[in-house]
Amino acid sequence: MRYEAPETLGAAVALLAGATGDARVLAGGTDLLVQMRADVVEPELIIDIKRIAETRTVTEDRGGWRIGAAVTGAELKEHPRLKQVWPGVVEAANLIGSTQVQGRATLGGNLCNGSPAADSVPALIAAAAIATLAGPQGRRDLPVEDVMLGPRQLALGKGEIVVSFWLPPRPPRSSDAYLRFIPRTEMDIAVVGAGVSVTVDGAGAIAAARVSLGAVAPRVLLVPEAAQAIVGSRLDRAAQDRLEAAARAACRPIDDKRGTTEFRIQVAGVLARRAALIALDRARTS
Amino acid sequence: MAEAATNGTNGQSYVGTRTIRPDGVDKVTGRARFGADFNLPGQLIGRVLRSPHPHARIVSIDTSRAEALPGVKAVITRDDFGDQPSEFVPAGEMMMNYKDVVRNVMAREKALYEGHPVAAVAATSAAIARHALKLIDVTYEVLPHVIDVVEAMRPDAPLLHDDLFTAGVEPKPDKPSNIAKRVEIVLGDIEAGFAKADVIVEREFKTAPVHQGYIEPHAALATVSEDGSTELWCTTQGHYIVRAHCARLLGLDIGKVRVTATEIGGGFGGKTVVYLEPLAIALSRKARRPVKMVMSREEVFKASGPTSGATVHVKMGATKDGRFVAGFAELKYQAGAFQGSPVQPGVMCAYAPYDMENVKVIGYDVVSNRPKVAAYRAPGAPISEFAVESVVDELAKKLGLDPIELRLMNAAREGTKAAYGPKLGPIGLEETLNAVKKTEHWNTPLRKWQGRGVASGFWFNIGGETCASLTVNEDGTVSLMAGTPDIGGLRASLSMVAADELGVPYDKVRPIIGDTGSLGFNFLTGGSRSAFSGSMALVEAARQIKADLCARACKLWDAKPDQVEFSHGAVRPLGAVAEKAKPMTIADFAKIAGKTGGPIGGYGRINAQGAGPSLGTHLVDLEVDPETGRVTILRYTVAQDAGRALHPAYVEGQFQGGAVQGIGWALNEEYIYGADGKLQNAGFLDYRMPVASDVPMIDAIVVEVANPRHPYGVRGVGETPIVPPLGAIANAMENATGIRFTELPMSPPKVLKALRERGLGRV
Amino acid sequence: MAKHHIEATVNGDAVEFLCETEETLLDVLRDTLHLTGSKEGCGSGDCGACSVTLDGRLVCSCLVLGCEVGGHRIETIEGMAKGEALHPLQQRFLENAALQCGICTPGFLVASKALLEKKPDPTETEIRYWLAGNLCRCTGYDKIVSAVMDVAAAMRKG
Repeated sequence: MRYEAPETLGAAVALLAGATGDARVLAGGTDLLVQMRADVVEPELIIDIKRIAETRTVTEDRGGWRIGAAVTGAELKEHPRLKQVWPGVVEAANLIGSTQVQGRATLGGNLCNGSPAADSVPALIAAAAIATLAGPQGRRDLPVEDVMLGPRQLALGKGEIVVSFWLPPRPPRSSDAYLRFIPRTEMDIAVVGAGVSVTVDGAGAIAAARVSLGAVAPRVLLVPEAAQAIVGSRLDRAAQDRLEAAARAACRPIDDKRGTTEFRIQVAGVLARRAALIALDRARTS
Repeated sequence: MAEAATNGTNGQSYVGTRTIRPDGVDKVTGRARFGADFNLPGQLIGRVLRSPHPHARIVSIDTSRAEALPGVKAVITRDDFGDQPSEFVPAGEMMMNYKDVVRNVMAREKALYEGHPVAAVAATSAAIARHALKLIDVTYEVLPHVIDVVEAMRPDAPLLHDDLFTAGVEPKPDKPSNIAKRVEIVLGDIEAGFAKADVIVEREFKTAPVHQGYIEPHAALATVSEDGSTELWCTTQGHYIVRAHCARLLGLDIGKVRVTATEIGGGFGGKTVVYLEPLAIALSRKARRPVKMVMSREEVFKASGPTSGATVHVKMGATKDGRFVAGFAELKYQAGAFQGSPVQPGVMCAYAPYDMENVKVIGYDVVSNRPKVAAYRAPGAPISEFAVESVVDELAKKLGLDPIELRLMNAAREGTKAAYGPKLGPIGLEETLNAVKKTEHWNTPLRKWQGRGVASGFWFNIGGETCASLTVNEDGTVSLMAGTPDIGGLRASLSMVAADELGVPYDKVRPIIGDTGSLGFNFLTGGSRSAFSGSMALVEAARQIKADLCARACKLWDAKPDQVEFSHGAVRPLGAVAEKAKPMTIADFAKIAGKTGGPIGGYGRINAQGAGPSLGTHLVDLEVDPETGRVTILRYTVAQDAGRALHPAYVEGQFQGGAVQGIGWALNEEYIYGADGKLQNAGFLDYRMPVASDVPMIDAIVVEVANPRHPYGVRGVGETPIVPPLGAIANAMENATGIRFTELPMSPPKVLKALRERGLGRV
Repeated sequence: MAKHHIEATVNGDAVEFLCETEETLLDVLRDTLHLTGSKEGCGSGDCGACSVTLDGRLVCSCLVLGCEVGGHRIETIEGMAKGEALHPLQQRFLENAALQCGICTPGFLVASKALLEKKPDPTETEIRYWLAGNLCRCTGYDKIVSAVMDVAAAMRKG
């Protein structure tokens, strides 16, 4: 098994594109090492991208924020301003695993692991985040909701690496929230995850919204109908009911050791409502 | 039996205080050596090939390709173990049959559970060992499997053993069965009892299998010499038991096997049997090099000894003023692949907290295709007492009586005839119920969707064969050697007893756990016996020392035996002798030991009797999120009778640890099997044990109703704490939701489903 | 495949070692550097018994490869005491009986130290959530949490 730690993006892309056997990108390692240990994957080549500066920085970019794909959840939490603008994204990244896991886990890894239960992905999708990819043909941008196609299936071509995420500029009176359901208080994989981002108008009504659900379908879902259900409202009871119904209608979950189909559908509605209420409250006071 | 001059009258009074444990510094600095921390030069790494099928005939095993791999030094299979005739032996607080032990350690005719060892290799590196396993060709004839206990009892269920006939039924069956045994206890006349009842509650309960969850996986390091002398280091609750099992399985003289118990990272009953140890020895013997084996977490879940899943049917009757007049229960427990579930103690404990005239409890020990169960903290009792405590609560509700008052009305006390046979000595159940009644916890109001539950619990505790020695060194310090591994503070407790007995400072007593070559047979750490029995053996050892020193003083002072006595850490002259002689401490004698007869020491070798039951009552407040079914434990109080708490902090620690294991068992822990009979959650991610943020502080009230048969009044305390939580939490759930949950764990999908079925699932 | 030659700092000492690609930092600490204080409870980052700090950041050493730590600074349980002086957390764990079997104790101490260095004044809830990645099966967490709270209070006073 080879291990390489290229210092440039070009070198990383060349390694990945030129690999003949199974090659894996290593950022935090909190999924890759577990899978190697369980003999689920046996890579011939591990490409550690943490020496590539662009993947490790958080910078302001065209009014928005650019977050390197290998920035850890703990670093995101410590950033002085990011959590004020995007509290939902930051809290989602810091729900992954434990304090120890958050010390290593990254947004890039969480997305590219390809699990529909990933905690940070619904928050990124609700934020309308754009993933910047680098590959042998150069760079391209892809909305995060288009990156994960199914369990362990990504829209990346051979040799493509996720380099960073761009969170768009925030209109005033905007905020977001992420909630997940787990049976314990920590440590579990999300049984259901809900990310909601809202912008409120001068009168206090929801002018724009995005709702994303995780762990209820083969991929993390963007649910436009759920957003439409609350735009124009102040999230009164009727709007909450519409939101819950739209969220539930979008679910196509499985029955597994973490939750039944029935349970996931029911709780998806509850979490979408609760996350929307938190996002709305944050937006009003932002 | 001990002298009267114990417990503080020797000038010290450590017992009952919160000393710092002597082994503590090494544990907080990472220096302490647990099972996987031992290494020998030239050691090989051993790994086990395990059956991927829950039930299969093993048609053939071809190890030639593995043996040919460079770096592989030995491969073993069933051919390396002689068969064992049928013989039951104690294993923890349960029984095992050697015929089953040899098959559990290495499959013979059949693989009986996913994870069952089929072969093992020793190689020069872990990577080569792993690769070698892939080169072993096993031909299986896959058979239909059965897991659930009720399914396994059906006459048409897949049969695990064609030579297992149900014991305990008449007439003796002529067809084999998965039902290994039927047991029963009867007191009085159950039908007459029910006839007297004004109120009857009847319920069926179901619990899922759970694992002890110790954080340290099994580990063993073995080295065998050419003359068959064997040294073994392993993480175990009973190194003498390990020695006995390994000697038997491998045809070795017990005296030639020396087992050292390493520090142990948790056991709770799960490390009372052998898994890797015979394999490591067999590999080392074949390879002529030391062999080290450590289980992965997945192997621990799949191939050690989780406890039974069960179905329990309970029917209780009471008069309208609250007297329990009849108690019936039928327990069906999974034994795993081989017989020996803890159904017998489950049967015995079911109604043990209560004084009842009419009791009948039946139990079935049933095999099915999962790992052979091992003991888990009060084995059998949490399941049966969960069911009974739930029904007691329903009786309280039906009768309009306070659940604590109802239990007080029927509480077993000194003189109560237990349904399982004996008349009970002094016990502290009432005291724990009254202690809970007085707490601020019990008297704090609750809000909507919050509930409060109470339950009591009983466990007998055991004594058993114990050897311990005390040696006085030349400088007056005392070396203490005990023979039961220290799971959680034993060395502190024993050192305090020795210090008080001999009247020496606590830090002058240095305890170690001896290996099997150093002391006579010790039964294992389990049954809440190590402090109880160990302290008894030490009192005897100290008695010998004190008697010896008095005899030496008599010679030195030309005194008669009634003119000297040992008190306050010294031999003291009495009467006329006091005019010519001065008191002499242990240290004084130590300086002249050689001249007065030789080294000073005492050796206690006993079969400790008189272990007293420990009873406890737990109180829990919880809150249910009605929209998701999630449960939060808000507050928890444990009151339990310790007899006499040698070290109060470690006694509290037992209460708190057992309570949290019970919280996990009640709410989220379970073995999840697929339709293919394979375990789906063989890791800490999806086998959900409580984490620090899942639980509040656990208030621990230590009640002390002295056990008259122990010199300090000690009762074992380690096991009872896991008995009440299941019932207490189920009762709190009923209080919060109005729903009686009869199936564990009460995980969110189940809770939400039940709430929604009753139209309750919305704030 | 040749092994990797790695130079790093462990508990303030310069170390160098060889490791295979698939060896984790935990494997290297225990088997190559003979620092067996960090324990393997699960190998998958779910129990925290292998906790160390990497450049001051609390991590599970079973989730870091040995070859990733070249040039980096690692601190383990073995580096927590200074000479014969135990760290206040180590001392308090002993006084509070915050350990029974002791297998999880190194992980809890490393994690608690990291918490107090970051947040000297944590609430009980903050302590419990920070330590949620450290499993204990013996104590029920009560005495561990109270030991951390006691040390935090003492460190604030002193």
